[in-house]
Amino acid sequence: MTDGVATTAGLSPAGRAWRALRANRAGSVAGTVLLVLYALAALAPFLAPYDEGDMDRLRFFHPSMPVHAGGWVEVTRPAAGAVNAYETVPGARAPLRWFVKGAPWKLLGLVPSDRHLFGVDAPARVYLFGADAMGRDVFSRLLYGAQVSLTVGLVGILISFTLGLLLGGLAGYLGGWVDTLVMRSAEVFLSIPALYLIVALRAAFPAHLSSRQVYVAIVVVLAFVGWASLARVIRGMVLSIRRAEYVLAAEALGMSRARVLVRHILPNTASFVIVAATVAVPGYILGEVFLSFLGMGVQEPAASWGNMLGAARSVSVLRDHPWLLFAPGAAIFVTVMTFHVFGDALRDALDPRQESGGRP
Amino acid sequence: MRTFVLRRMLEAIPVLFGVSALTFLLLQLAPGDFLDAFAENPSVSAAQLDQMSRNFGLDRPWAVQYALYVKNVLLHLDFGQSFSYHQPVFRVLWHGMGNTLLLAIAGACVTWGLALPLGLLAAARRGTWVDRVLSIGSFALLSLPEVLSGLLLLLFAFRTGWFPIGGMHDLDHDRMAFVPRVFDTLRHLVLPALVVGLVPLAARMRQMRSSVLDVLRLDWVTTARAKGLSERDVLVRHVLPNALNPLITLFGFTLGSLLSGAFVAEAVFAWPGLGSLTLEAIQRQDQYLVLGAVLMASAMLVAGNLVADLLLAFADPRVRHD
Repeated sequence: MTDGVATTAGLSPAGRAWRALRANRAGSVAGTVLLVLYALAALAPFLAPYDEGDMDRLRFFHPSMPVHAGGWVEVTRPAAGAVNAYETVPGARAPLRWFVKGAPWKLLGLVPSDRHLFGVDAPARVYLFGADAMGRDVFSRLLYGAQVSLTVGLVGILISFTLGLLLGGLAGYLGGWVDTLVMRSAEVFLSIPALYLIVALRAAFPAHLSSRQVYVAIVVVLAFVGWASLARVIRGMVLSIRRAEYVLAAEALGMSRARVLVRHILPNTASFVIVAATVAVPGYILGEVFLSFLGMGVQEPAASWGNMLGAARSVSVLRDHPWLLFAPGAAIFVTVMTFHVFGDALRDALDPRQESGGRP
Repeated sequence: MRTFVLRRMLEAIPVLFGVSALTFLLLQLAPGDFLDAFAENPSVSAAQLDQMSRNFGLDRPWAVQYALYVKNVLLHLDFGQSFSYHQPVFRVLWHGMGNTLLLAIAGACVTWGLALPLGLLAAARRGTWVDRVLSIGSFALLSLPEVLSGLLLLLFAFRTGWFPIGGMHDLDHDRMAFVPRVFDTLRHLVLPALVVGLVPLAARMRQMRSSVLDVLRLDWVTTARAKGLSERDVLVRHVLPNALNPLITLFGFTLGSLLSGAFVAEAVFAWPGLGSLTLEAIQRQDQYLVLGAVLMASAMLVAGNLVADLLLAFADPRVRHD
């Protein structure tokens, strides 16, 4: 312990936290996995062999294809006399080709290209994780779905934490009627069980929206759900910080109240807020998953992990095509687990006293 | 103590007021209303639509609608009529509430029934492989959201055929004798209750473990050991009751997450509870049914928090004097 203090003495708080985080092996691994996940999402159109809505009318519910040593997959055709069953064409191989031309796409919506990391020559198709009820490639949809499912939580949390930070800060610092108003509203939001609130908020938007509008709607819904619990904690912290001598000094020097709040009080809640946000991200991701699962979120043909799970709900799918459940399920499980591990490590690095994060 | 209870109950009233106002506002923001489905039906004339609109009170400004609603609730405990069921909202929701409560309680039994012994075990075997396996297992459970565990259990029910794959009763439930009827409901309850109970299990187990470890550090535990008690007796007779104390208060506060968990379990297993009713009512834009359902769910949550506060006040007299 004394060694740690000695070696980090010259560092800023952020630098010290960074070093502590790097020293935590589980945390470093989790951080790396998160970076990889977000990189996969950003590069989805390049990494995915097909577009998310690209249907193969010959191969509904095609099972996943193993890649053989030497980089080829089997060529399949519908089995005679059976529905949704496929047989391999004897002797035929579809070699995986690298950087093939395919459907055009734009990197981050800007840089156009039509190259894909891998693919096979048509009419053969490659289904690493199988195909869904419409003959769409599950692997491709998983990557495209990550774009929605991984970012909705982050954007939602950004908005709700900004709201919570400001409202909680104002309530704690100004007191009086502002405090009463903010805290009573927070109490109302906290008194509705999270999922009931999510569904009711979603109901305020039209049922049928374009995929971009749905994205905005979900973000707004999630932001409204999360602010209250944070505002309550921040208010408590601000109440104790505002009596600190440096705050009194800043006020005595004639600094405006807004400036005192933003420059001197709120930054002191930073380590708590960062940890609470990281711990809360899985909840936000699951909010999207649940809405899309119920059919109130991202609509087909656009992909999200939630509507992929929703498609796996039917009895016939569970019986015959369980990979449609396992693929998005594994993606969600890994993401949530990684955020938990990373959040724990971050808490140890930044704020060892803190016990738990916020809702939902 | 009585004034404490009374004060807390009075404080709940404006909160529930706020909940109803917020929900009502959201429903007003939603485009269209319950009659849209009829408007598309060519056999329903415009005059009939007008008549229905007047019957449901949908033709009035929303502020008037809300004022009437509040008045009816306060004066007559009348939560309005469900448009689609043609019944008072309260009667429609009554069964759903009971079913959700049953599910939530069963889920809590799963959580606490497993968390307490496992947490005690992990603490007693601290640092051994038992502790490590339990810790990894709880981490995995924590990362398995209800939607996913629900679908996996559905798959399990489907593959093994040991459990029904949805609903609350078999078809011939009403013709059964009392005992098979209870057994039938229990069989339907097992998997949804697991969905509700497994997610909070991880956190409760960790809390139990750290609570036991806190107690184990105390001097009188050493005394108990020194006077020759077996480790088992020390744990069960001396440590356990004291470790439970801080956890008692958590019991009530977890009701919120239980209700949300029950919402998911109801959606996956078609359990006819408050969550299922809410979803159905929202899809049909059955205004007062949505309002009533959200209000009931919130009332259950507020009641749970009240019970938690009472337990806290019971366990710690300092709380009563603030």
